[in-house]
Amino acid sequence: MLLKLTGGRVYDPAHNQENVVRDIYIRDGRIVEKPADGRVDHEIDVRDKVIMSGAIDMHTHIGGGKVNIARTMLPEDHAAEVYARTELLRSGTGHAAPSTLTTGYRYAEMGYTAGFEPAVLPINARQAHMEMHDTPIIDKGGYVMLGSDDFLLRMMAANSDQEAINNYVAWTINHAQAVGLKVVNPGGISAFKFNQRKLDLDEKNDFYGVTPRDILHRLSTAVNQIGVPHPLHVHGCNLGVPGNMQTTLDTIQGAEGLPMHLTHIQFHSYGTEGDFKFSSGAAEIAEAINKHKNITVDVGQILFGQTVTASGDNMRQFAGAPHSHPNKWVCMDIECEAGCGVVPFKYKDQSYVNALQWMIGLETFLLVNDPWRIFLTTDHPNGAPFTSYPHLIKLLMDKTFRNDTLATLHPEAQKATNLASIEREYTLYEIAIMTRAGAAKLVGLADRGHLGVGAAADITIYSDNDDREKMFAKPDYVFKDGELVVRNGEVQKITWGTTHVVKPEYDVGIEKPLQQYFDKYHTMKLSNFKISNDEIIDDGRGSLTIQPLHKGGKL
Amino acid sequence: MNDANTATTWQEIASPFCGIAADDLVIEVNGNRIKVLENGDAVNTPAFETPIGDIQPRIQGKEVTLEQAVSHIAEQLCSARQPLIGGMGTDLNGARAAMALADKSGAIVDSQFSPAAFRNILVLQDTGYMTTTLTEVRNRADVIVMVGSDIESSFPRFFERVVWPAESMFSVDINQRKIIYLGKPPSADASTAPDGRKAQVLACDDADLPEVLSVLRALINGKTVQADMVGGIKVSDLQQLTDTLKAAKYSVFAWSAMQLNYDHAEASIQMLCEAIKELNKDTRSSGLPLGGKQGDTTVNAVASWQSGYPMRSSFQRGYPEYDPFIFDSRRMLAENETDLLIWVNAFNVEGTPPESSAKTFVIGRSGMQFETEPEVFIPVGVPGIDHAGRTFRCDSVVSVPLKKLRDSGLPSVFDVLSAVEQAL
Repeated sequence: MLLKLTGGRVYDPAHNQENVVRDIYIRDGRIVEKPADGRVDHEIDVRDKVIMSGAIDMHTHIGGGKVNIARTMLPEDHAAEVYARTELLRSGTGHAAPSTLTTGYRYAEMGYTAGFEPAVLPINARQAHMEMHDTPIIDKGGYVMLGSDDFLLRMMAANSDQEAINNYVAWTINHAQAVGLKVVNPGGISAFKFNQRKLDLDEKNDFYGVTPRDILHRLSTAVNQIGVPHPLHVHGCNLGVPGNMQTTLDTIQGAEGLPMHLTHIQFHSYGTEGDFKFSSGAAEIAEAINKHKNITVDVGQILFGQTVTASGDNMRQFAGAPHSHPNKWVCMDIECEAGCGVVPFKYKDQSYVNALQWMIGLETFLLVNDPWRIFLTTDHPNGAPFTSYPHLIKLLMDKTFRNDTLATLHPEAQKATNLASIEREYTLYEIAIMTRAGAAKLVGLADRGHLGVGAAADITIYSDNDDREKMFAKPDYVFKDGELVVRNGEVQKITWGTTHVVKPEYDVGIEKPLQQYFDKYHTMKLSNFKISNDEIIDDGRGSLTIQPLHKGGKL
Repeated sequence: MNDANTATTWQEIASPFCGIAADDLVIEVNGNRIKVLENGDAVNTPAFETPIGDIQPRIQGKEVTLEQAVSHIAEQLCSARQPLIGGMGTDLNGARAAMALADKSGAIVDSQFSPAAFRNILVLQDTGYMTTTLTEVRNRADVIVMVGSDIESSFPRFFERVVWPAESMFSVDINQRKIIYLGKPPSADASTAPDGRKAQVLACDDADLPEVLSVLRALINGKTVQADMVGGIKVSDLQQLTDTLKAAKYSVFAWSAMQLNYDHAEASIQMLCEAIKELNKDTRSSGLPLGGKQGDTTVNAVASWQSGYPMRSSFQRGYPEYDPFIFDSRRMLAENETDLLIWVNAFNVEGTPPESSAKTFVIGRSGMQFETEPEVFIPVGVPGIDHAGRTFRCDSVVSVPLKKLRDSGLPSVFDVLSAVEQAL
């Protein structure tokens, strides 16, 4: 069946198309050429409407142990927001930590067609995939975490060569069914288990004697050499610590030209100036990002209200637990591999610190010049639930709205940055880059994020509206693999997205030391640790899409 | 594949029967007969070796086809006023099917072991906790305190797999590992170190445990305690325990919520968990809640991610509702608050439904026998024996794949409940 979308205003930055009026043809889930005979089976008139590829959330906590701990811990979050069952839709709940069915529906309703869980513990990858399997419509994938796992740290302490580390990284990405590699507080999660309460970039882990800088270097080199498109995804040292902007600047320098993605950079951009000893480092950080073309970032914007922070960074979550709201929290040490911390939190506009955090995120968006290297996230749910993205887009595109909001915040905070004087307003084209074309390129999705022939027909169509929050909250049409899944902001059809993975090559010889490690120290067998392709396909709703590696990827 | 002459041996098989999910079992399969060759124990071996019994579904004791049984359940479910899906002894996909069915039919969902599980869940939902997992304990713990629990009676291989491994990663001298019992004493010798050193026992009754834990927490916080004795334990012994914990590098408190079988045990667990948080001011310490046998951790996890709530939730109003006191299935059945019970237990032939006035439909492990014949009985296979699946371990981070070991032809809970949902 050939579907034609007629006369829309296309924003396809991957093909340099900004507001180009043209038709789009869809057949069998793909965008195809205009048929030679011009015959179509079905046509939708989308004249005057804005068309973009389906949006891609490249960092959102949607599946895995810590997300589920957050759900179980917060029945009051769910009771406040319930979704009744319909003929088509399962029931669900939740605002900050929604149930998986609700997550898929709400994302699709906003025109998102893919979401990526950024903190997949290898030992918990099975659960992350189970939860994403139960998330309807959107495509999914995960970045698997290394960097505080004892296997890697032992290798580094023994000065293993880079090739051995490359093998281990490639093996892990394969068997956790991941699309990228993540590191959280490199070596710090491990250090906390040895009772270290902080770990700076050049500070040694008490037991292993390796520094975060060493770990970042080894892992970013590995990712680069094995040809994984997504750069090493870094949750840096000292998250949330006033003064951590220096750590971030040093981390950027320390990347030494290798591709590196710094995530939720807002939480890593704090100075210590002023009466509150808490100030914005956004200007310096933005300058460093602008200068170092190998660096990409996502912001991790905070928005005011109740949410929950769920992170692999047990060290920093434990430190932040006294600020939990409500007063309950979880901190875990996990399997000599990783950790996690779940701390509910309320961001208040009358708090100097929270107001400044809000401003720092926006400053960062507005001062970074290249929309291909900065991405729109709230680190859901850490900064705010993902359902607040339309509000965030409005803040970026509408200076008056932004400054009006600014004027309601803590009075001292308003004076603490130059946000009010920043004139820039994001354009639709830049939003399309940040949420579609750039995101697909960053994650390594060859056939998504664009509207050219051959792309998967993940398409979102909006009515243009000066109120950008209204516009982005409720697209007119959302297509997923060519199926109309959402109409006027309501789900029409349930489909199940694919799981994107990469399969870098590795030498099976790595399984010898791994087998020994598992047999000697672990409480699970290596053979049972690996996740088979069949598990992803499961009851038939799931599928695997293997994305290409960079050319020249080698061991 | 029922040739009785060909035996196959399977390696690295995981057990869904015990919460610590040992996955090193060696199992021989001969036709439909299962024999545990290596690494079995008092829990796993009988659970694997229970033979298949009836294979034909029954309505009111009469044999019927699976389709007829499923139809009958669906029909009755439609007219039920307050249906309950209970037991929930199943694996990942069985739990998924149960949740989908509950959503569609407006049922209440609870598991057979929820009285134990909720002693921990209520603490999570009120103040939270700091916990650890089995591999961490195996390698890192220098002090392990068993609280109110005779761990080896419920988890026979816990000591072998977690406490006394041959080697550990951080040069913790296993023989120097201090094991202390606070509460119930050990029933046997699993807690004795390889070098013969016995565990220290500070014995007290369950009834005294709340007070003992309060005093321990007070001492951890540097408070002065006037009494000399609490619950039959010398306060000076508790002070010594406190000193040991503060000097430890990584102390672990292990408990089995099922064995803390007294009213408001969750308040004791909370006291302990708050004390653990306070110990972490200067050193490292974590809790290790053990439990989760026969799929219990799995069903709570699946319910939480699919509905937002763990067990004891209801879909009566068309959206998920949660009330750990009202939707307690044991209470509801005892007080005749439900008119229809779908009882799911694919793991344990002895796990039959409680007596009640509800019309009862059992989706049970083949081999189940009943004092009172249920309205419908559908014999099903066991996850990890009759069909592949996945189950969670008690520390809820790790899940293990379950394999299909024999071709008995028995349906799975997923097959049956999905069919009922479709027939609605």
